[in-house]
Amino acid sequence: MSALAPWLDYLAGSLVLLGAIFALLGALGLARFSSFLRRLHGPTKASTLGVGCVLIASMLVFSPGPQASLHELLITLFIFLTAPVSAHLLVKAALQQQPELRPAAPPAERDSPN
Amino acid sequence: MKRWLPAPRLSLLLLLVWLLLNGSLSAGQIALGLLFAVCIPLALRAYLPDALRLRRPDVLLRLLGVVLLDIVLSNLTVARQILGREAALNSRFVWVPLDLREPAGIATLASIITMTPGTLSCDLSADRRHLLVHALHVADEAALIATIKARYETPLREILEC
Repeated sequence: MSALAPWLDYLAGSLVLLGAIFALLGALGLARFSSFLRRLHGPTKASTLGVGCVLIASMLVFSPGPQASLHELLITLFIFLTAPVSAHLLVKAALQQQPELRPAAPPAERDSPN
Repeated sequence: MKRWLPAPRLSLLLLLVWLLLNGSLSAGQIALGLLFAVCIPLALRAYLPDALRLRRPDVLLRLLGVVLLDIVLSNLTVARQILGREAALNSRFVWVPLDLREPAGIATLASIITMTPGTLSCDLSADRRHLLVHALHVADEAALIATIKARYETPLREILEC
């Protein structure tokens, strides 16, 4: 890895720092909130931006050179594919375990016999 | 054509992902990527969903921009809510009525709702006409539903349905 232009260095550094702060906030939400559903909001969200910042910084640092660093694009794609699915499954499991959390069915469905 | 490439777009995606994973454009990697791009869809042919017709690429790009912007903005909101007093939060479930019928579209909408902070999509009603969304903080239920429908569902319908 060759030396970076100073401004690029500062930019990448601040992005890593910002990403770390958001990741920390996501973890804090997981630890702090009282109910399961609220706690799920921390890691599925604040960490999206955290990971995003770190990935952009990584592209900035490793791209100058013979070839651009594009693995980060794939990481973004996989995160966007897997994060909502895992969150969805966690909620489904929670509603299964604690049926009292589940709200009443929507009005349209209550009327239909099914 | 149809016989050997049952899903051309999936094949193209597989080739691209393979080349990105290896970070190389050498002839050998392209040949290997092409082999996967042909063989994997053939092996999975029985499980592939019907191909979607994507209309309005301009709307698709705009939706992508809106979603990225919303992820950033609402991350800031959730960060503030995590640091603030928990008692001030009004967390609750909201049933969002759906006009979207395309299953892949509903899956995309559910993912977008989960990725944009403050809301989690939890379940789909049995008739697929309502999406159960959990929101960390709801000030105005009708406004939340209207936002989701206008910002994400309407563009998705323009892209997938007519």
